[in-house]
Formats: sequence, structure tokens, C-alpha cells
Amino acid sequence: MTRWTPDPTFYPSPALAATAPPEKLAYVAAFDRAGQRPDAIAVLDTDPDSGSYGRVVGWTELPNTGDELHHFGWNACSSALCPTAPHPHVERRYLIVPGLRSSRIHVLDTKPDPRRPSLVKVIEAEELGERAGYSRPHTVHCGPDGIYVSALGGADGQEGPGGIAVLDHTTFEVRGAWEADRGPQFLAYDFWWHYTQDVLVTSEWGTPSMIEDGIVGELLLGRRYGHAIHFWDLAKRRHVQRVDLGDQYQMPLELRPAHDPTKSYGFVGVVISVEDLSASIWLWHRDGDAWAVTRVIDIPAEPADPADLPDLLKPFGAVPPLVTDIDLSVDDRFLHVSCWGTGELIRYDVSDPFHPVRVGSVRLGGIVNRTPHPAFPDEPLAGGPQMVEISRDGRRVYVSNSLYGTWDDQFYPDGVGAWVAKLDVDPEHGGLVPDPRFFPRGEEFRGLRVHQTRLQGGDASSDSYCFP
Amino acid sequence: MTGATWAALAGLGAFHGLNPAMGWLFAVARGLQERRRAALMAALPPIAAGHLASVAVVAALVSATRSVTASTVVAVTGGVLLVGFGLWRLLSDRHFRWAGMRLSAAQLTAWSFLMSAAHGAGLMLLPVLLAEPAAAAGPHSGHLAAAPAGALTGLLAAAVHTVAMLAVALVVALLVYEVLGVGVLRRAWFNVDRLWAGVLVAAGVVTLIGAA
Repeated sequence: MTRWTPDPTFYPSPALAATAPPEKLAYVAAFDRAGQRPDAIAVLDTDPDSGSYGRVVGWTELPNTGDELHHFGWNACSSALCPTAPHPHVERRYLIVPGLRSSRIHVLDTKPDPRRPSLVKVIEAEELGERAGYSRPHTVHCGPDGIYVSALGGADGQEGPGGIAVLDHTTFEVRGAWEADRGPQFLAYDFWWHYTQDVLVTSEWGTPSMIEDGIVGELLLGRRYGHAIHFWDLAKRRHVQRVDLGDQYQMPLELRPAHDPTKSYGFVGVVISVEDLSASIWLWHRDGDAWAVTRVIDIPAEPADPADLPDLLKPFGAVPPLVTDIDLSVDDRFLHVSCWGTGELIRYDVSDPFHPVRVGSVRLGGIVNRTPHPAFPDEPLAGGPQMVEISRDGRRVYVSNSLYGTWDDQFYPDGVGAWVAKLDVDPEHGGLVPDPRFFPRGEEFRGLRVHQTRLQGGDASSDSYCFP
Repeated sequence: MTGATWAALAGLGAFHGLNPAMGWLFAVARGLQERRRAALMAALPPIAAGHLASVAVVAALVSATRSVTASTVVAVTGGVLLVGFGLWRLLSDRHFRWAGMRLSAAQLTAWSFLMSAAHGAGLMLLPVLLAEPAAAAGPHSGHLAAAPAGALTGLLAAAVHTVAMLAVALVVALLVYEVLGVGVLRRAWFNVDRLWAGVLVAAGVVTLIGAA
């Protein structure tokens, strides 16, 4: 049954969303690398006035094993206020939680007890395959006319094409593949949109066989992973333009369009350049009637003693930054960039998107550095800042440390561990300061690894807005 | 038609005009997107045209049918239709689906037509039209020849309704665009759909009682 007034977590504009109250809880995807125990959604207490602040206070196990939880999203968000198909009286209530390896999609209800989400539906891999022709579901965005889920692989063991499946808002049934005409697009990964401009953007990682057993050196050096982004007509569901970054720029992953619907730009992070192991951030923007990209940030590799490097990197004598996630604050002013290889989270002022200015950095973990959390200096950390999430008011940044099971094992062969750190934004200098009271890790996650974090009520990568 | 009937038609128009889902919010979004009030103003006529078409189909059909058929049959059919549609709206959680916001004037009209139809905007006029004595009561009453005159009455009713709708939508859109801001949506967007569904059911019941 619908509400009488709009869900209070829906905001017409990003500026209004930035005034939202601080989140009390965070949901974190946790997975068992061995695939022997069920994966889980861990619930963290993010209320600084609570006695259990910074601790795991809830734990919902899934019914199967081997799902490999990764990214997830909400059933509804601020896009419900969009005027063409408004439905603001539904609730932001259900977490849509795909298993990247199993291709199952789980629906968890956070309403009866926000600290103990309950499983209400499982969409089996067969349904996703039969109805949409896809497998390996990944990114979830709440669209105005349905729930959009990107997927990396094809159905029935096919490598691809990957694409986007649409789920019904109400029943969560798979309605079908989103694309009416995919043009040259084959590889898939992330997607998002400039909703009011009828523009959808997708990025490229690799097909299931290219990623599931770990990164394949020959494919990487052969420049076979994705290196383009695609622009689509969101209303007609048709491919419009493929923009190639150059095949040395392997794996453009996370897409972060400006939240302001009148803006026509966004950022995409590239994991690695095969020429010098650097990572880069690109800006997409309009160029006349077409779309263009401009490389706006380069992050160089850091030289290292081969003895300190995993086998994969020994021949190169350097640690690649490996930019695996980026996140743009709701006010579109600050871009946060995770360097999972070097163990650094960098904050840029992108008020002028063509000319980012580095304004802050925090070192945690890293392949060579193993930088400890400042509040726990005796604990060297594995992994690095990976999934990054920003509160709607832009004051708190959460990072978790696992990338993807098999890839964790390659880059952190002695174990990646599990930790979630919270960084407070220094209001005076704009930098980031690790919160000494918030560092759930290790056994708190019961032996599971941690991937994406979603904040109760919404966060910087969960909502789309139709009003400036 | 009596003055009360016209007033009722206009009142329902105002009610439709108030509903953000019926179009004024889309007009505001266009104004904000393009940062000019003219875009808002330009969006409203196509939205009103779509609404008019949606309402006129029902109104003309009802009035024309009433001119040639026993009014009890029309009333009972209409009443059942209202109750059924209202219940469906009340119990179903489905919402109108539409992707795409960069619409031409023609597409905007089509959007408004479908949106109004999906909300049963035309059906809302049924009780008012049925409460009236059959149109074109004269020598040709009860004959097929009376249908065009009946339809004309229906169209007139739809026009009056839509003018009221447009006037209210215009005022609300400008108020939100110029003064209140879209933040008002968070507090003031009452679930009109649910109320509306209840009203449809009630209107159907009243119509059925009137027919009995």
C-alpha cells in the first residue's frame, strides 16, 4: 500500500538532498570467498551517539552459497518524483542485491527491522536469463519506470553481450532486456544517466571468462578488456555513440554523472594504462551534437621493490594505483578516487570539472605500503580503499577494502582481510580525516570480505534528481 | 446544463489541475531544466490539449449515448465502470510508466492524454454528466439523430473542465517555479491518486443509487 505523503528520503533536487539528516545505519555487502558459507548483508551503526557506533549491529544471511555479493541498490529513490511517471508515495524500502557470480538477485525488506533486513524474494539466474538474456547482474539504479540492473554476461553460458535488465517496480519480476538496439556494444559493466536529457551511459569491463578466474595478463597486455564508453537514447533505448578512450586505457568502470540535471558531464575512472600502469579519470561532456571525453586526472604508478610485489606485478617493479571506484558528492563539487593498489583515497575539487584540484588524501593499506589506520597503528592493512560512498550532506566518506574475490587473491595473495573505514571531511581545509571510533574489521565480518556500502535513506551514488 | 453542473465540471477541472502528476510539475521541470519561464509556459498548452482529448472522448461518448439510449442503462454501466476502475486504482500499486523527458509538443500532448486516461480523468465526469437530464430532449430524443447534439454537449463539458484545469495548473506551476520552489513537493504532494480512486468508487456508487 502506498503512502499519503512522499517518502521523506526522496528529494526533488541534489541541493535539497544535501540537507538530508545524517544516516543512522549503513548496509554492506559481505561475501565468502570460499563460497562455502552464505554471503550476507552486514548492518553497521553509523550514529555517533549510539553505544554500538562503528560496530556491526545486524547480519542477514542469504539462503544460498557462492553468490559473491558485490554492488546493490534501492527499489526506489528520488527519481520517483520525476514528473513524467511520478510515484512518490512508494517507499524506499527494499534492497536489490545481485550475486555477481551466481546471477541470483535478492530482494531484502529493510522496513520491519532496519537492522535486520529480511529476504522477501529471490530472482533465480534462470529467470534473468530467460526473460532478459543476461547473467552476472551488477549495478542497480532506481529508474522512474522500473529498476534497472546492468549485467556482465549473456544467458545460457554465453559470454555476452552484457547489458541492462529492467525489473518491475512492484513485483520485482524481470521485465526483459532494456536495449532496443545495442549497436556495437558487447562488453558491459556500469551504467547511469542524465535522466532529464534522455541520455544513458554505459561502461565496459569484461565478459565472465575474462574476469571470474582473475585478471588475465595476456588479455590485459593484449588490450582486450573494455576501453570505451557508450551513450544511449534513454527514451528510445537505442545506442547513439561509442567513445573510445584508446585501447591502452583498460577498464573504464564506475560512471558518475553530475547530479545536477541541467549539467551534461560526468566522470569515469580507468583502472590501468598498459603503457605505464597509471590510472586516469576522464570527463565526458558534450561536443556540439556529439559526446566527447577528456582525460582530466592522471595518477602515476609508484616504483617498488619487486620482492614486495605479488607475482603478477613483479616484472613491472611498480605498484599501479588501480582506480577501481570513484564517487562524486551530491553537490557535484568533490570527486573521491579509490586507488586500491597503492592504498590511497584522493579527494579532488571538481567545481571546474575540466580542471580538478587535489585537496585531500588518506592512505590506508596498499599492496606495498600496508598503511595502518591511524587509530590502530599496530595493524598493517591489506587491501585498500575500494568501494567509496559519500553521505548526502558530503561530510562523511565510507570506504571498504575488497575488490572482487579472485582479483583480491592476485593483488593481495597473503589475504585481503576485511575492513570498513569512515573518513570525516575537514570542514576547514576540505581534507579527509579517518574517524578513530569507526573501524569495523576482521572478525566483526565473520570471515567474509566486504564490498559496496549503501547508506540508509540514500547516498551520493543511489539517487537521481529531475529538478536542479 | 445547469449552473451547478458547470460549476461541478470546473471544480473537477481544478482538482485535476492541482495534481502534480497531471502536468504542471512537468511544465515546472521544463522551465527549471531550460532555466526560463517560457519553457514552462510553452509546455502547458500541449498538456491541456492532451487532457482535453482524454476527457472529451469519455464525455462525448456518454452524452451521445444518453441521447439515444435509456438513461438507466447508461447510468448503470457508468456506475459499474466507475466502481470497477476506482477499485482497481485503489488496490493496484502499479504506476504510470514512461521513459523520456525531452518531448516535442505532439509527444507532450500524447503523454498528457495517456496520463489522464490512466488516471481515469474522463470517468470522473460521469456522475456529473449523468446527473443531468438527457441532452437534446426534443422531437428527436431517443433517436440516433440526437447523438451529434448529445456529443456536442459532452465536448462543451470537457472544454469547460479543461479550461479550469489549465487555469489552476498555470497558477500552481508559476507559484512553484517563482516562489515556493520544488521543495514544497516533499510536504505538499498529497497522495491524490489514492483519494481520487476512493472518489471514483463513491461516484460510481452514487450513480448506481441514482439509477435504481
